[in-house]
Amino acid sequence: MSLLERLFANVWFTAAVKVVAAFALLLVAVILLVWIERKIVADMQNRIGPNRAGPWGMLQTVADGLKLLFKESVVPRKVELGIYLAAPIAAMVPAFLIFMVIPIGRPFTIGETAVTLQVTDLNIALLFVLAMSSLAVYAVVLAGWASGSKYPLLGGVRATAQMISYEAAMGLALVPVVLLASAQSAGDVGLGTMSLSRIVELQQGSFRWMIPGWFVFWLAPSFVLYFIAAVAETNRAPFDLVEAESELVGGYHTEYSGFRFALFYLAEYLNMFNVSALAVTLFFGGWLGPDFGLPPWIAWVMPLFWFFLKTFLLVFLFIWLRATLPRLRYDQLMDLGWKRLIPLALVWLMLFALVTAFRTWGAPWTEALG
Amino acid sequence: MVELVLFIIFGLAALFGAVTTVWARNPVYSALGLMLTLFSVAVFYVSNGAQFVAAVQVIVYAGAVMTLFLFVIMLVGVDRAEDRRENLPVQRPLALGLLVLFGAGVLVAGRFAWVTGAEGGRGAEGTVEALGSELFRRWVLPFELTALLLIIAAAGTVALGLFRRGEAEGGDEGEAGEGEEAP
Repeated sequence: MSLLERLFANVWFTAAVKVVAAFALLLVAVILLVWIERKIVADMQNRIGPNRAGPWGMLQTVADGLKLLFKESVVPRKVELGIYLAAPIAAMVPAFLIFMVIPIGRPFTIGETAVTLQVTDLNIALLFVLAMSSLAVYAVVLAGWASGSKYPLLGGVRATAQMISYEAAMGLALVPVVLLASAQSAGDVGLGTMSLSRIVELQQGSFRWMIPGWFVFWLAPSFVLYFIAAVAETNRAPFDLVEAESELVGGYHTEYSGFRFALFYLAEYLNMFNVSALAVTLFFGGWLGPDFGLPPWIAWVMPLFWFFLKTFLLVFLFIWLRATLPRLRYDQLMDLGWKRLIPLALVWLMLFALVTAFRTWGAPWTEALG
Repeated sequence: MVELVLFIIFGLAALFGAVTTVWARNPVYSALGLMLTLFSVAVFYVSNGAQFVAAVQVIVYAGAVMTLFLFVIMLVGVDRAEDRRENLPVQRPLALGLLVLFGAGVLVAGRFAWVTGAEGGRGAEGTVEALGSELFRRWVLPFELTALLLIIAAAGTVALGLFRRGEAEGGDEGEAGEGEEAP
């Protein structure tokens, strides 16, 4: 036991363990996600879906991954080789980095040292997530350009416009969260926070009666706006114009094969998981949830359980959208982003700021200002 | 120690990016080089404790501005057989002369003792909170005026684009222009 304590007292060891654990966790989550998506979409389309490899076809994704790993990676002759090879990596890195700041469970102590269940607790975590998701666009753009062929290029150009537009809406939709966090934290609007672990802590307690104090009950419009923008940010249907298979073959990854294609595929699912996890953290109380008075040796599992349950429920929403809605036209997509989402987000932000100011300082005519 | 190693690595990366930006034959590589430089500078901000500035640097420059650059480069079309004859008569010798001057300046300045201020703010207070309260309490008027200026500039861009075309068509270009307003 003392060995474990001494090991975890070492910062580098703890960091290494956390990074490896987060990496493994994400990969397992993606394997499950792909299977779940195929099963659900199959169900919604009255098919059976994968059912051969493993129980209920659960190992299908593993089999597919192995197959892609052993396939020949065909590199077309007209590619810009350096960028062509770097693009799949550029897709993976931001996706992994975003998950590093998301707390997935209650912090616990080993011996003297407190271990948080997130790789690092940045005090600008929210901005970090936005920064990383704004870097994610490069992978798509560069892959499209470096492929040296027309369909990927069209996919890349579409991706640039789409992701810039919806990034703005996404950022604006998240500002009220920071406002609410600062209103909740000190009682007085003063020191706010952008640290995700702190935002989760602020959602403890209750909203009214039995309803938990999750931010979604204050900020439902923010959540809806964020979710729509997130679907567009991750290029999922109905906003998947970047890889619209009926127009662009495969979009930006048309010229990729083998494991490089698998990396793009992986990044897409990682992003979907990440934006869901972020929504859970910001709006649905993160890992908070009842532990039913379980004994302590098992109670530490419950936060993890709640976190992943909530995240997978949101992911289900993604899959549901994909199976239900037809793809938007390009001008409709731009209209929705610039003429609906951004103005709505701005109006809601101003409304919420006014309400927060009233709640904190009282209305101006009550002469509480002083 | 860690800081020194990071400084050396990212300093070299920043220089490499800058050189690539100027020398690359292909504009896409130039854009990528510029991005590398911006990113390395963001790392310097972090190692100086200004995490907020670093995050904003990545979001605004690496995220939005450079993406717009790439977008424009792609839309215009990358012409590989570009005319590469230079039309710069005096700039090269001038640059060399300035470089010599700059080197001499650095050497001279290095011989003097430098006045150093108090240790800058580190930790939680040095970042978002401090910046926010400064910006929205003390500097609120300049801040709002800057916002106004940016909006006027964005609206002006859109208006100019519409007038020049004569016909209000409202295609992609208007939207791309508005992108400047977002950060």
